[in-house]
Amino acid sequence: MQAVYERSQLFESYGHNFCPGCTHGIAHTAIMDTLDELGIKNEDTIAIYPVGCGVIGLSNTKLNVVHAAHGRAPAVATGVKRCAPDKFVFVYQGDGDLASIGMAETIHMANRGERVTTIFINNTIYGMTGGQMAPTTLLGQKATTAPEGRGEHGEGMPIKMCELISELHETKFVARYSLHNAANIIKARAGIKKAFQMQLEDKGYAFIELLSMCPTGWKLSPRNAVKYMEEKVINTFPLGVFKEEV
Amino acid sequence: MDNKFMKGSEAVAEAAVRAGCRFFAGYPITPQNELPEYLSARLPQVGGHFVQGESEVASINMVYGAASVGTRAMTSSSGPGLSLKAEGLSCAIGAKLPLVIAIMSRGGPGQGEIFPAQQDYLFAVKGPGHGGFKCFVLAPSTGQEAVDLTYKAFDYADKYRTAVIVLGDGVIANTMENITLPPMRDLSTLPQHEDWKATTKGLNGERRWITSYVPGPEKLEQENLKMAAMYELWKQTEVLHEEYELEDAEFVICSYGSSARICKEVINTLREEGIKVGMIRPITLHPFPEEVFEHLNYGKVKTVLCIEMSNPGQLIEDVKLCVARRCNVMHYGRSGGVIISPEDIYKAVKERM
Repeated sequence: MQAVYERSQLFESYGHNFCPGCTHGIAHTAIMDTLDELGIKNEDTIAIYPVGCGVIGLSNTKLNVVHAAHGRAPAVATGVKRCAPDKFVFVYQGDGDLASIGMAETIHMANRGERVTTIFINNTIYGMTGGQMAPTTLLGQKATTAPEGRGEHGEGMPIKMCELISELHETKFVARYSLHNAANIIKARAGIKKAFQMQLEDKGYAFIELLSMCPTGWKLSPRNAVKYMEEKVINTFPLGVFKEEV
Repeated sequence: MDNKFMKGSEAVAEAAVRAGCRFFAGYPITPQNELPEYLSARLPQVGGHFVQGESEVASINMVYGAASVGTRAMTSSSGPGLSLKAEGLSCAIGAKLPLVIAIMSRGGPGQGEIFPAQQDYLFAVKGPGHGGFKCFVLAPSTGQEAVDLTYKAFDYADKYRTAVIVLGDGVIANTMENITLPPMRDLSTLPQHEDWKATTKGLNGERRWITSYVPGPEKLEQENLKMAAMYELWKQTEVLHEEYELEDAEFVICSYGSSARICKEVINTLREEGIKVGMIRPITLHPFPEEVFEHLNYGKVKTVLCIEMSNPGQLIEDVKLCVARRCNVMHYGRSGGVIISPEDIYKAVKERM
């Protein structure tokens, strides 16, 4: 029998601790498989992990990890990559981490065009802390700190990071994908591969946003979360490539 | 000998480069702007990296990143910046990353005025950040000492995998003095951190994990106990202080940094008058030189006067603990950016004799 697919050796163990229906696991599989495909080994890699649900992935990976304080992954990545330019460096951040408490770090790392790759998990909610309003929470979406749903005047509109980031001169590839079904996951994997290749070839900074499901935070079953993604989330956050100067 | 007439901030920056510092990130703040300015030109000359951070917060985290791959790294600021760096500093301590921070203090809370003052003693010494940690804190009193201590600071940081603060003020930062610079370190002779840095592998090929997160209360407690034991060890092995005219002193001044330098002049004047005044000058503010207070002759010494450019007194809190009610402990200070004068100190001593 010929093996046509194997689980990446970059995973520490089988299984993970994410909630049922969460797509952080899919994002992690995509990242590990892409590293394998590109021949990037554990010892060549430094992954910068955040604070938030994303950090749960940390215990599943064999990658070398530098763990940053909440929102500070881009600054930490800057120090790492400048001093270890031969290492493959990516940051993995959620929406609260990247677009709220770490907004300044995010914008300025992108503006400097650091030679790292950003994987941005946007699930429109604070998952780890129990479902509070995120900078990307949809208009009208309920959260534990927005019990009547997000309102544009009190809470402001959801922040669209790809649209913001693509305005910066030093960003060379900016794209948003979704992880809610197989067709979209295939596109997302292609985007991640392109972004990683850009770092290997020193072609500039890439920002990959992955719309992710959080059934627990959304108070929906995984099946209904898929529906919510298709009907609501993608309407606010259109998929596609926002900038490609490679 | 490499002698130069240099401004304190620039001398500290050059000392850092010679100590092996190859990464600096910082944010502009007076009174220490010459330090990052100098390094922005100097570090690229030696293959190092300078980044002007978008904030104090980002700067300390860039240093965290650089340190995690084994690079000697530094940031600098003033008191308001230390407030902002507190989070990153706490994380670096938790992740056991060696780094150096030069802080040139300001004159009070909030904006704090840019003129020389020593208002950050308690903040720097007692734990600048959440979670109950302390830094190794060095307090130079001259430009030369600032250079020598900065040079050493990187060794302390590496030896204990901790953050070292070089605590100065506007006098240290902006005075131009004759400086003897230390030799340029050969990077290959420095600790390589093969046993932990993120660019290496473990003995059995296991990945590196640089984090302040320790899973499980029992494990974290063990780490906290190790940290506490390290601070006790510092007290035994790393205390630095100067005794000035202390042997026969009947009136003892305790002062540090720029204030202590001014105190010396006054002690000389008072000695000429036949008054037996001496001084204890802590050089490491943490670990604090507790032991020297055990050797004071409390039969003769009636008063220890703490002199600093701070109000309320801050140094006095440590001195009171050490003296433990064996004599009077008093405070005299100027603050807000008013530089303490020899006349101020002379009068303060005379009034308290």
